[in-house]
Amino acid sequence: MSRRDYLLRKVLLALITLSVVVTIDFVLFRVLPGDPVRAVIGRGVRISKEQQDALRAQFGLDQPVFPDQFVATVGQWLQGNLGFSWTLRRPVGEILMSKLGNTLLLISAGQVLSIILGVGLGLFAGWKRKTRIDVASLTFSLVAWSVPTFWLGIILLAIGSTWLGLPTGGFVEPKNIGKPFFEVLPDVLRHLILPTLTYTVVYLGEYMLIMRSSVLEVLGEDYILTAKAKGLSHWQVLRRHALKNAMLPIVTLIALNLGFTVAGAIYIETVFSYDGLGQLFQQALDKKDFPLLQGAFLLLAVTVILANMLADFIYTTLDPRVRQV
Amino acid sequence: MSERWILLKRNLAEFWRVFRRNRMGKIGAFLLITSLAMAIFAPMLAPYRPTETIRDANGRGLTFAPPSVHGPLGTDDAGRDVWTQLAYGARVSMAIGFLAGFLSMAVGSLIGIAAGYFGGWIDTLLMRITDVLLVIPDIPLMIVLVAALRNLDIGFSPIFLLILVIGLLYWTSTARLIRSQVLSLKERQFVARARAIGAGHGHIIRKHILPQVMPLIVANTVLIISVAILLESGLAFLGLGDPTQPSWGTMLNFAFARNAITRGAWWFYLPPGLAIVWVTLGCTLLGNVLEEILNPRLTSHHLESEAGMVARASVESAASGT
Repeated sequence: MSRRDYLLRKVLLALITLSVVVTIDFVLFRVLPGDPVRAVIGRGVRISKEQQDALRAQFGLDQPVFPDQFVATVGQWLQGNLGFSWTLRRPVGEILMSKLGNTLLLISAGQVLSIILGVGLGLFAGWKRKTRIDVASLTFSLVAWSVPTFWLGIILLAIGSTWLGLPTGGFVEPKNIGKPFFEVLPDVLRHLILPTLTYTVVYLGEYMLIMRSSVLEVLGEDYILTAKAKGLSHWQVLRRHALKNAMLPIVTLIALNLGFTVAGAIYIETVFSYDGLGQLFQQALDKKDFPLLQGAFLLLAVTVILANMLADFIYTTLDPRVRQV
Repeated sequence: MSERWILLKRNLAEFWRVFRRNRMGKIGAFLLITSLAMAIFAPMLAPYRPTETIRDANGRGLTFAPPSVHGPLGTDDAGRDVWTQLAYGARVSMAIGFLAGFLSMAVGSLIGIAAGYFGGWIDTLLMRITDVLLVIPDIPLMIVLVAALRNLDIGFSPIFLLILVIGLLYWTSTARLIRSQVLSLKERQFVARARAIGAGHGHIIRKHILPQVMPLIVANTVLIISVAILLESGLAFLGLGDPTQPSWGTMLNFAFARNAITRGAWWFYLPPGLAIVWVTLGCTLLGNVLEEILNPRLTSHHLESEAGMVARASVESAASGT
C-alpha cells in the first residue's frame, strides 16, 4: 500500500467517524422530550398558538424528522450555526468560540509540560531499569494513573488556596474581567498554575509509562548493541539512537489521548471554575441546556477526530516504515 | 475430564508459585480484597443507616462535624456519617465497576474472537467499527448519552444506565487485544487438526480458542474494572450518579457542590477519593502482574549492566530461539 492510499484510508475513516458523531448528536438530542420552541421563548412567556406554529415552522419542526430535519440541521451545522442556548440566550457557536481560547491555553500548557517531563523521565527510567529510580517513577505513574483527575484537582485546590495563597478558581480576578489579555497576563498565569499542575500530574504518568516501555523495546534492538560496540557512550546511544525511535509511540499516544485530554478539561475546569469549554460543558449538563451540550459535544468530537487525522499524517512522515508500507 | 482437571490444577499451582513471589501482585490483591470486604460487610461496618442524620442534644443536625466529635470520619453537609456513606458507597462503586467491567469484557471478547476467527468481511466490518469508536472522545460521549437517556424516562435506573453506557462503549482495547491473540492461535496446528476432523466453528471456538485466550481475558478484565471504576467516579462527580444511592463519585459531587473545600471539611472530600485510588490501584497492580505472568515479555536490554551483558543477551536469545 502506498502512502497515498494509506492517507486516503485515514481520511475516509475520519469522514465515516464524523458522520457517526453527527448522527448520534442529532438523534440523541432530537428524541429528547420537551418542546424546543417553548424552551427558546422561555418559561412564563405567553404566546398564541399561531405564533407557536409560526416559530415551529421557522425552526423546521413541522417537517418530518428524517430526512428533512436531519438534512436541514446538518446543513446548518456545516455553516457554523449550532443553535441557540436555552440558558444563556445566545447562539451556541458564539458562546463556544468565546471559550475556546482559554481551554486551548490550559490544554497546551498541560500537554507541553507533561510530554517534556514524561519523555525525559521515561527515557531515564527505561535506561536505569530495575534501579531505585525506575521503581520510584513506575510507582508514581501507577498511582497517578489511579487518581481521579477531578479529585487530584480538589486536593491541589485545597492545598494551593490554603497554604500557597493561590486563587481558588476562575480565569482572572473578577476586577480584571474584560480587560485586554496582555494587560492581565500575570493574573492569568497565576490562575493557570493549579489547573496546569493537575493536568501535568495526571498525564505525566501515562507518557512516562509508554516512553519507558518504548525505550525498553528499542534498547533491546540489535542496532543499540552495534552502537554500543562502536564505542559510543550511553548518553550518545540514548540521544542519537534510542530517543528518536522510542518517541514514535508517543506521537500516536498524543493523538489517541486527545479525547482523554478533552475529558480532563471538563473535570479540571469544573473544579477550578476555569472559564473554558470544559466548564461550559459541565454547566450545560447541570442546567440541562441541551442545544449547548449538543453543540459543545459536536465541537469537541470534531476537533478530536480532525486532530487524530492530522496525527496520522505526521506519523507517516516521521516513521519511514509507514512511508512505504 | 479428570485429565483436564489435573492440567488445570498444575497450571494454577504454577501460577501461584510465580504470583506468590510478586510483591506488586500481592499488594494489588490486598487492596482489592479489602475494598471488596468493605462493600460486602458494609452494614456491619457502618454504625448508622446511610440516610440517617446525626443530631446533637438539642435535636439540631450535626452538619460538617469534624472527626472525633461523634465518629471516625465526621459528618457531611446533611449531618450524615461519612464513614457510613463510604462503606455503602463501596457497594455502589464496586458494583458498577465490576458489572460494567464484565459487560465490556464480554462485548470486547466476543467482537475480538469473531473478528480474529472468521476474518474476511466480518473482521473488516468489526475492526472499522472499533476504529470509529476509538476516535470519538469516550468520556464526552458517555456524558451526553447518559444525560440524554436519563431525560428520556425509559425506566432505567441511573446506576443501570451507567453500567450499560460504560460497558457498551469501553471495549475497543479488549477487542483489539483478543483479536490479535486469536489471529495467531487460529494458525496453530491443533486448530487445523480439529478442523480437518470436521469440527464446527462453535466447537473450535469453545474448546480450542476460548481456553487459550481465557488467561488474557481475565487479566484484561481486572484492568478494565479499574478503568470502569474511574469512569464511574468521574461521571458521578459531574452529577450523573444516583443521589439516593451515592457512590464514592457521588459523594465527591456532594462535597464539591456543597463547598466542603472552602469550609475545610477535609474528612468529607478526602476519604472517597482515597477509596477510589485504593481500589483502582489494586486492580491496576493485580491486572498488570497477571498480564506479566500470563504473557511474558522482554526481561533485559543492551544498556542495562556492564559486565556479562553480551553473554547474557546471547544466552537469552538462544533460549528464546531467535
